Amino acid sequence: MVPAVFALGASFGVLARASHFGAAAAVIMSATTFAGSAQVASVSVLGAGGGVAAAVVAALLLNVRYAPIGMTVAHAFRGSRARRLAEAQLVVDESWALSGGGTPRFDRHVMLGVGTSIWVAWVGGTAVGALLGGVVSDPSAFGLDGAFAALFLALLVTQLTSRRAVAAAISGAAIAAALTPLTPPGIPIIAATAAVVVGWRRG
Amino acid sequence: MSNAWAIVLAVGAGTVLLKAVGPVGVADRQLPARVSSLLSMVGPAILAALVVSEAFAHGRALVVDARVAGLAAGAVAAVARAPFWLVVLVGAGATAVARLIG
Repeated sequence: MVPAVFALGASFGVLARASHFGAAAAVIMSATTFAGSAQVASVSVLGAGGGVAAAVVAALLLNVRYAPIGMTVAHAFRGSRARRLAEAQLVVDESWALSGGGTPRFDRHVMLGVGTSIWVAWVGGTAVGALLGGVVSDPSAFGLDGAFAALFLALLVTQLTSRRAVAAAISGAAIAAALTPLTPPGIPIIAATAAVVVGWRRG
Repeated sequence: MSNAWAIVLAVGAGTVLLKAVGPVGVADRQLPARVSSLLSMVGPAILAALVVSEAFAHGRALVVDARVAGLAAGAVAAVARAPFWLVVLVGAGATAVARLIG
């Protein structure tokens, strides 16, 4: 788990530099946002010429899932608001799943331990990738532009856990393809959120 | 402030708040099942849109170029459940090779 997160962090670092992020911005983002797919999405939208607002909205939409995820484990958090706020930042997909999130067996201490290890690996990997990526001036060098698509696909595969998720993904892809020629870059990504009505209707 | 730092700040602040909704905000209340099921569809929809955008969009045009080779090779690796770093490496390598011979 930890080496895998380190490697993914390094990928983010390299891709961020290819989208004109400085090394410091990439590392600070990993330390504070600590959410892989959203971070890659924001640098992708910026790199495609999508502008700041579109990049931010796309990333935050990917992180909306942390509201329901956090609610499944809320009962286990103790102490002051500041402490709960800090500990909540360590809830990511991996630490949630490994600590029994969503089940009665959820263990906050396991979540904190796993979350801390993953955070260190994520930030460290980003630093290494951002330094390596500094030597790459053109995003298309070494095929990095194709690597973005492959990485998003790999992240997508992990979320295809139901037929409705597959339907939402196919609809999202169709919306993006249809809107790309019609709207500024970034908008098709945000509009793809409308694909959730597929899930709603079938729900 | 550069675009990158504006994104770091806004995405960071928004994510901190989203992660806090459960543990700090609503405590023991649960979202209705339909709402959380709806929210869980947002990720697949956006990630699929990002795949299309990164593989086929060039500005406002849809094009087929060397990136498709990277997507195809990455797809094989991803479906085989290869680790993310390997998918990235395979995707970049296939794109670079396709561009070289294309």
